[in-house]
Amino acid sequence: MSIPLNWYLILAAALFSIGLFGVLSRKNAIAILLGVELMLNAVNINLVAFWRYLDPVKMAGQVFAIIVFAVAAAEVAVGLALIISVYRRRRTVVADEIDLMKW
Amino acid sequence: MEKFIIWLLPLPPLLSFFVILLFTNKNKALSHSIAVGAAGLSWLGSMIIFIRALGVKEFGKHIFGSSINWLPTGSTWLRIGVQIDPFSAVVVFFVAWTVLAIFVYSIGYHNFGQPKGDHDVAGLPPHGATVTENGHKHTIPSIEPMYSRFFAFISLFAFGMYTLVVSDNLLTLFVGWEIMGLCSYLLIGFWFGKPSARNAAVKAFMTTRIGDVFMLLGIAFVYSFTGSLSFSEIFKPEMLHALASTPAFFGLSAAGIIGLLLFIGTVGKSAQWPLHVWLPDAMEGPTPVSAMIHAATMVSAGVYMVIRMFPLISAGWTEGMPLNTTMSVIAFIGAFTALFAATIAVAQNDIKRVLAYSTISQLGFMIAALGVGAYVAAAFHLVTHAFFKALLFLGSGSVIHGMEHGVLHTGEQVDAQDMFNMGGLRKKMPITFWTFLIGGFALSGFPVLTAGFWSKDEIFAEAFGNGHLAVFIILAVAAFLTAFYTMRQITLTFFGKPRTTAAEHANETTWTMTVPLIVLSIFAVGFGWVGIPEQFPGLGGLVPNWFHEFVGGTLAELPKAVEFSWVPLITSLCVALGGLFLGWLMYRKVKSPKQDFLQIPVLKNKWYFDEIYNFVFVKPAYWIAEKFTSLYMDQTVIDGFLHSVARFSLFLGHAFRNYFDKPVINEFIGDGTGNVVKVSGSGLRKIQAGRIQYYMVVSISVLVIFALLYYFMIGGR
Repeated sequence: MSIPLNWYLILAAALFSIGLFGVLSRKNAIAILLGVELMLNAVNINLVAFWRYLDPVKMAGQVFAIIVFAVAAAEVAVGLALIISVYRRRRTVVADEIDLMKW
Repeated sequence: MEKFIIWLLPLPPLLSFFVILLFTNKNKALSHSIAVGAAGLSWLGSMIIFIRALGVKEFGKHIFGSSINWLPTGSTWLRIGVQIDPFSAVVVFFVAWTVLAIFVYSIGYHNFGQPKGDHDVAGLPPHGATVTENGHKHTIPSIEPMYSRFFAFISLFAFGMYTLVVSDNLLTLFVGWEIMGLCSYLLIGFWFGKPSARNAAVKAFMTTRIGDVFMLLGIAFVYSFTGSLSFSEIFKPEMLHALASTPAFFGLSAAGIIGLLLFIGTVGKSAQWPLHVWLPDAMEGPTPVSAMIHAATMVSAGVYMVIRMFPLISAGWTEGMPLNTTMSVIAFIGAFTALFAATIAVAQNDIKRVLAYSTISQLGFMIAALGVGAYVAAAFHLVTHAFFKALLFLGSGSVIHGMEHGVLHTGEQVDAQDMFNMGGLRKKMPITFWTFLIGGFALSGFPVLTAGFWSKDEIFAEAFGNGHLAVFIILAVAAFLTAFYTMRQITLTFFGKPRTTAAEHANETTWTMTVPLIVLSIFAVGFGWVGIPEQFPGLGGLVPNWFHEFVGGTLAELPKAVEFSWVPLITSLCVALGGLFLGWLMYRKVKSPKQDFLQIPVLKNKWYFDEIYNFVFVKPAYWIAEKFTSLYMDQTVIDGFLHSVARFSLFLGHAFRNYFDKPVINEFIGDGTGNVVKVSGSGLRKIQAGRIQYYMVVSISVLVIFALLYYFMIGGR
């Protein structure tokens, strides 16, 4: 109990910001996906930290974290599949070039 | 049992009407069999009722009747039903006999069994058919083209009369009354191809309608006052007392006003002055119709109704008192009509028109008798008159038929109805002659033997005995004229030598026509014997005065038989015999109308009543219709109003279109919505960049902005 809660929160915020930066700045779609993963895990840290420090009796934080893992796994599977599919058709994974829906 | 039969009494003729109209129209023999069969059934029912009624002691107190709830009127019911009391029993008796006789007679009159005419068309009397016999050509009477239709109509007529007679209330009585009005229209206009028949039908309908409207007012008045239309309710002593003691208008009591209104209905239906004009014109119909209208049904219905309403009319009056206003009016109109019509009858040459005016005159006798309070005498004359007038009409039809045969045979173009073309028919048509003579003598009141004598004598006795001298004298003069014109008719028609070759070749009619004549002539003689006054010298008391006892029992208290007096009896004898003798004396040598000094224009033209009515009512009506209603009301006011309404709506529609629909709906709402969507769409599409990171930046910035807002404005506290 020597490490205070704030440290965890700062770590999580830093991680989230790195992920966000990655999402916004990278051109490669796979890199964007990596950024999203970072953001999700930052959230997970938050969830677990809050559980541990504020309400350790109930399991809600852990359960949410596990659900986020599952969703992240599914999201990565779908996202990678989409990217592979796009790559096969258009020979590119640059997000700006995937602009079929543009007017 | 009796009640059941009474309910069924009017039914067979009605069924016959529908069956003939709908199914058997094409088959003449079947049609007349159905009609006569139906009349026979009703006749049978009537006889059963009548005989049952005879068997009941004090029948007036124990009448046959039954009624049902018919029409809900708020919390109460309007009941309708049937009843036979002594008076309606004798009426049903004569209706049944005369109707049956007329039905059978019609078969012969419309030439059943004769060939089809050469050029007969529906709507015109048959013109005759040419047949070849033993090498030379004959023209013989041909069958009526609308034979079945005729039987359908007279069946409906009989239905109307039976309904009227068996009714126990004014409502169904009025229904029967109006059905007869319709049938008279249909049958007077039976030969609708003749303009004169069409006009006569319309005239009859319109004239009786005037009376009917007043009668309906009277019925409405009765209902509003008593809350009931059934006779037994209205004639309750306390109700009559209330009616008689309630003042209404013009200084008359409610009973007086109602009596007068209902009496106007009778004036129309029974052709009393001043609504008598339709009846002579009604001779345009076939002769059985004339008999039907004049004897069995229509005009008898008018008298029947007013006799039926006698307790109401005479409410508050007892025998011996001076007449109340309503009764005075009735007595005056009756007496005046009796004399007035008789004066016209002496100058008529058409055999049926003489009888038509004599009907008006005889109905006047009944009305006058009722007016002076002689209830039984009026009823008695109604019955005897029905028999002998039916007989006379059927007899005249037989004469005309015989004459038409002669006209067709010789080809001579003469009017088969003009008495001056006849003469000497007694040898050619013996049965018709003898029965006509009996009928004529009954009409004249030939002493002792005939029915007409007894009924007329009773009217004289009542008028004289109760001190109504004026009525007595007028009726005596009318009776004298009656005997006179009757003998004139008989002399001109049957006596002397034939005045035309057509008359020489007239021949007796078939048995379907003569048998009804014989049957009716039995009643024209015999029916008088049931009403011989008890105190009559010699004969009185031999047979009881059944009629007085029986019919008088209809009233609440039996009317006293009038004291016997020699004056009316001698008057009656004198006028009848004197008139008959004078008629024979004057006309036995007359050859042509020129020798007949009674052909005075004023009498010949019926005191110019048709012309007066034409001038006073018909012409102004046409004038108003043309000048006022058509030109002013219709074309100016109503059309003008309609046109301006149309113009206004046109203007309104135009304004809406130009100032509302086009600018507001079309341009603003319709096109405007589209434009707004288009503009906003083309503006908004710019943010649809398709770059996922751009979206991300936007959504993150929005999130951050809202988070900061939240933090500083709400979460900060």
